[in-house]
Amino acid sequence: MSPRIGVVTFPGSLDDVDAMRAVRLAGATPVPLWHDDGALRGVNAVILPGGFSYGDYLRCGAIARFSAVMETIVDAARGGLPVLGICNGFQILCESHLLPGALTRNQQLHFRNRDQGLEIANAETAWTSAFNSGDRIVVPVKNGEGCFVADQKTLDELESENRIVARYVDGNPNGSQRDIAGITNAAGNVVGMMPHPEHAVEQLTGPSVDGLGIFTSVLTYLGATTA
Amino acid sequence: MTRVVVDVMLKPEILDPQGEAVVNALPRLGASGVSSVRIGKRIELEFAEGTDESAMQEQATNIADKLLANPVIEDFTIRLTDQAEPTG
Repeated sequence: MSPRIGVVTFPGSLDDVDAMRAVRLAGATPVPLWHDDGALRGVNAVILPGGFSYGDYLRCGAIARFSAVMETIVDAARGGLPVLGICNGFQILCESHLLPGALTRNQQLHFRNRDQGLEIANAETAWTSAFNSGDRIVVPVKNGEGCFVADQKTLDELESENRIVARYVDGNPNGSQRDIAGITNAAGNVVGMMPHPEHAVEQLTGPSVDGLGIFTSVLTYLGATTA
Repeated sequence: MTRVVVDVMLKPEILDPQGEAVVNALPRLGASGVSSVRIGKRIELEFAEGTDESAMQEQATNIADKLLANPVIEDFTIRLTDQAEPTG
């Protein structure tokens, strides 16, 4: 049976359907999860999709942190469940303290929407094993509050512990410190990234199919951990 | 006394692009001598009449710390006030 990968829909999520599609194209079974329901329906991994959860009215991801589903996911993630947060999902992971730092308003103030070059800096997480460290990929980025900030000590720790998962190359779209596009927790099962791999899984609709590797990685990881 | 005012400001070391945009627009207004602008947020919490002052203080601090501010990037201050403050 193929692994079941949950995709959470919050009020205001936009990319949940694309994420489910990417899961299916990668060969897993997408399972819709609902923000107001703490049940994880036996999923083997979870994706928090992009969008504007609860309207982002207070701060991006701040309200989502207190949803029923996040209460369960935070515990499960601490127990090793693979969790990927994309864009708004990354913001939710930071607000939930599963990842350090915060995402703030883009330095140029503009909403950025373009195909973005990335360098995979850590290919040993649950979500990046299909790549080699140093690989260059292109996936879309689209955000208004994607500037990653943390204090110098945290940034130094992220670097020294190899927890920067992806860096922007060919231009930093939002002013993120140290060109950080994605990070992981110490265990490597929780990954947050600002760019959208789920929008680069088919030649017809994306700039590349580079994003698919993110979703096949977790299948390899789950195969390896259940075998 | 039923009102608690929470002021949330980005920490000094965090870049405030909104403030930067404003400071850069000031010359067009003919305003000179302003070297920095930082933009924050004020939140007013109304408590039910007769709520204990220290309970208000404690709850407001908890609400500000967990929800209204993100302590990674923002500082907040809390003050109790007995009347609506002029906003104009």
